[in-house]
Amino acid sequence: MTDTTTTPPEIGGIGHSVKRVEDARLIEGQGNFLDDISLPGMLHMALVRSPVAHARINGIDSDAAMAVDGVLAVVTGELMAAHNLAWMPTLSGDTQAVLATDKVRYQGQEVAAVIATDPYAAADGAELVDVDYEMLDAITTPQQSLAEGAELIRDEKEGQTDNLAYTWETGDEAATEAAFASADRVVSLTTHYPRSHPSPLETCGIVADVNSVTGQATIYMTSQAPHAHRTLFALVAGLPEQNIRIISPDIGGGFGNKVPIYPGYVVATAASLLIGQPVKWVETRTGNLISTGFGRDYYMTGELALTNEGRIQAMRVDMLSDQGAFYSDAQPTRYRAGLFHVCTGSYDFPHAHIKCRGAFTNKAPGGVAYRCSFRITEASYLIERLMQTAADELGIDPAELRLRNFIQPEQFPYETATGFVYDSGDYPTALRKALDAAGYEELRAEQAAAREEGRLVGIGIAHFTEAVGAGPAHTYDIAGLKMIDSAELRVHPTGKAILKLGVKTQGQGHETTFAQIVAEETGIPATDIKVIHGDTDDTPYGLGTYASRSTPVGGAATAMVARKIADKARHIAAHLLEAAPEDIERSADKFHVAGSPDQSVTIQDAAFAAYTNLPEGMEYGLEDVTYYNPPNLTFPYGSYVVVVDVDPDTGVWKVRRMVALDDCGVRINPMIVEGQIHGGLTEGFAMSSMQWITFDDDGNCIGSNFMDYLIPTAWETPRFELLETVTPSPHHPIGAKGIGESATVGSPAAFVNAVIDAVAHLGVRNIDMPVLPDRVWEAIDSAGG
Amino acid sequence: MEITININGTDHTADVEPRRLLVDHIRTGAGLTGTHIGCDTTSCGVCTVLVDGTPVKSCTMLAVQADGREVTTVEGLKSADGLHPVQQAFSDEHGLQCGFCTPAMMLVGAALIDENPAPSDDEVRWAISGNLCRCTGYMNIVKAIQAAAAAASSNGDS
Repeated sequence: MTDTTTTPPEIGGIGHSVKRVEDARLIEGQGNFLDDISLPGMLHMALVRSPVAHARINGIDSDAAMAVDGVLAVVTGELMAAHNLAWMPTLSGDTQAVLATDKVRYQGQEVAAVIATDPYAAADGAELVDVDYEMLDAITTPQQSLAEGAELIRDEKEGQTDNLAYTWETGDEAATEAAFASADRVVSLTTHYPRSHPSPLETCGIVADVNSVTGQATIYMTSQAPHAHRTLFALVAGLPEQNIRIISPDIGGGFGNKVPIYPGYVVATAASLLIGQPVKWVETRTGNLISTGFGRDYYMTGELALTNEGRIQAMRVDMLSDQGAFYSDAQPTRYRAGLFHVCTGSYDFPHAHIKCRGAFTNKAPGGVAYRCSFRITEASYLIERLMQTAADELGIDPAELRLRNFIQPEQFPYETATGFVYDSGDYPTALRKALDAAGYEELRAEQAAAREEGRLVGIGIAHFTEAVGAGPAHTYDIAGLKMIDSAELRVHPTGKAILKLGVKTQGQGHETTFAQIVAEETGIPATDIKVIHGDTDDTPYGLGTYASRSTPVGGAATAMVARKIADKARHIAAHLLEAAPEDIERSADKFHVAGSPDQSVTIQDAAFAAYTNLPEGMEYGLEDVTYYNPPNLTFPYGSYVVVVDVDPDTGVWKVRRMVALDDCGVRINPMIVEGQIHGGLTEGFAMSSMQWITFDDDGNCIGSNFMDYLIPTAWETPRFELLETVTPSPHHPIGAKGIGESATVGSPAAFVNAVIDAVAHLGVRNIDMPVLPDRVWEAIDSAGG
Repeated sequence: MEITININGTDHTADVEPRRLLVDHIRTGAGLTGTHIGCDTTSCGVCTVLVDGTPVKSCTMLAVQADGREVTTVEGLKSADGLHPVQQAFSDEHGLQCGFCTPAMMLVGAALIDENPAPSDDEVRWAISGNLCRCTGYMNIVKAIQAAAAAASSNGDS
């Protein structure tokens, strides 16, 4: 393991595997999750959801529901419309129904809400709300949706004459076409990255407490982005922003699912406002799976133009995304397909062209970045699957093909064909190290011998490069809000500190790692620093935690504010030591006069002096705040090698080994980084092998509960072997790049490439995810294997 | 219907509707919110408690079925001697991230090591295969339960 520590363990700065401070409450059942919150007079809300995918609403009869003991109100779209809240803006500039007024456009869409004194009564009432639906044909694929004569899904939308949600393209089309026209070889892959769902084990929920006398709205909410949500609440509901306090308590996993604003939040808040009592809504699991932010659902055709020797000349991509009924992707404004244009991957070639269309369908909306920085999961999958296809088509070893095309270490900073400027990397070293650990050459020999015996062994490689940490204000905003983030540091007279963040943990361990950054920069022991986050009244503004942006942006803000504090402390130290500030140096835990290490004071001495004994003209206190606008994204990368055994008779495949090398720059807390990688690899394995939201022809969601939507248990999940290299980001204050999503982004292609590699000699080039045994068996069977 | 359930060593008597789920009774009746709800279909296991020492998914048991029985929740793991070995080991081995599945995982782990003082990797994985975790990939959970088993054994020896 690379040792990046500069502080002793008792300070616990960067590089120490400090035990997590959040664990103390969580292991004793003292966490404070949304459903644990109970307020005096609190009412309970249950949603009535559409059982069908497409239908006109002819009427809603609430009488039977209102007759249930304990039911106080039934909220319908009509009531919401009277308050101008039947529709709300989405994060992608579309509008979305809060409660349906005209028709329902997907199964699970919110139609009404029942408010009652008890959750059982609310659920009873919801069962009895009688909605008169006039059935319409459901459109369940984007191909059907864009076909001539397809019924208009968004008939309410002014100017909308077809089911096209957006079009987007980037790159140099003419240069790309020219490269393809003159290429020795063209390799093509058409694949579907299926709809998946983040499924944190805690569903979404809210406790809305609007005080009708004071106008104060205190909103407890499962939010990965409480500040942005406060602003959006102000804009949507017309409430004064200073009177809105969003508190995001302990979150039971997010993975992108808790980024959007969902109708349930808006209805519960409106109900609390209208009734004058707090209202709690906690989503059911089925509600979560069938209505909230999904991931992926991209139909992709990718092509590479290559020389006979396997050098890539250009890439072109044509995609169609299934957006569901409303275009509500959570992503930067200017990029309609997120950061998909990172699809040139880790390779050095001059030309690329990407075009994408999105279509409305009768499915749930909300393409979120499911453990992913805005569609880079799809992008990494496409290029890494294309590399496998090219290797198979050209007869070049897939590791060798990558080595021939890698961006070389001396080429950084490297501008890609689509305009990203990669910050740093050493891809060949990473891949070679992963291959060596896996015993690649021996595995190839074993594979050849196995084939002789009729056994199928596959070795899958993926080398991904992510674009995370959005992002620079000149390019990245969501709903107009620039994607900066913040940190405020208050050092008290006794030298103990409070750090307040704009980002918000969902299990990533911010309360531990962000304190370590301050410890590194100031010498205050990490255990003396309390981290506060998730309460908009008590933290500086930020865009929140998703897209692996906490460490790249919030972590940078933390380092910068800590440096401001350390600098002021240095000036105070100079005063205490009767020396010039420029003669004061800082070691891990002391300020001392240059050349005289014995003449020193501690950060604690300086903190006390900040309130008791200051130099003339200096402002009292030791507190500051930083809003960090990153100069660039960061570009973590990794090399993954997967070994699988495929049963030719059943198509069942088992992961024998999974070697994962990640380079996320400097690791603040190696223990937590490895935990993030374990989790990410598991979700990558899940998507490649079993996780899948699908629909029947009528738009019924198959996978609306955990019996049908399969999540791997400990029994199925492979064991992982982790490796690392450390290539710091040159523009990040502490050289960190972010790690939360790398493994989910990079690993699906490694798993699928391994299965394909096992059967490629039979002529199989693609099996769509999830790579279910029957699909593998069919592929082998059709190939005549 | 009046029932008495011994939860973490204390008798709780209450008048409950026959349809009331045990998990709701624990959370809102007894006010012990360390037991969570994740799926409504007995699939995810975050509601697991011990009923007479055996792991049970409390979203699939009625409160009235627990009448007269002993229930242990995460709040009952700690003793006068301090944290239960599984609690300490989950923290030491980074066996939790968001912490939502953790109470249930620890209870299953505690029940396992009561029966099997030195479970293998596979035995731990099988024991927790009714409990989902979305954060950790299970590796550190397995390590934590094995470490807890080792710690419990060495405590017992001393």
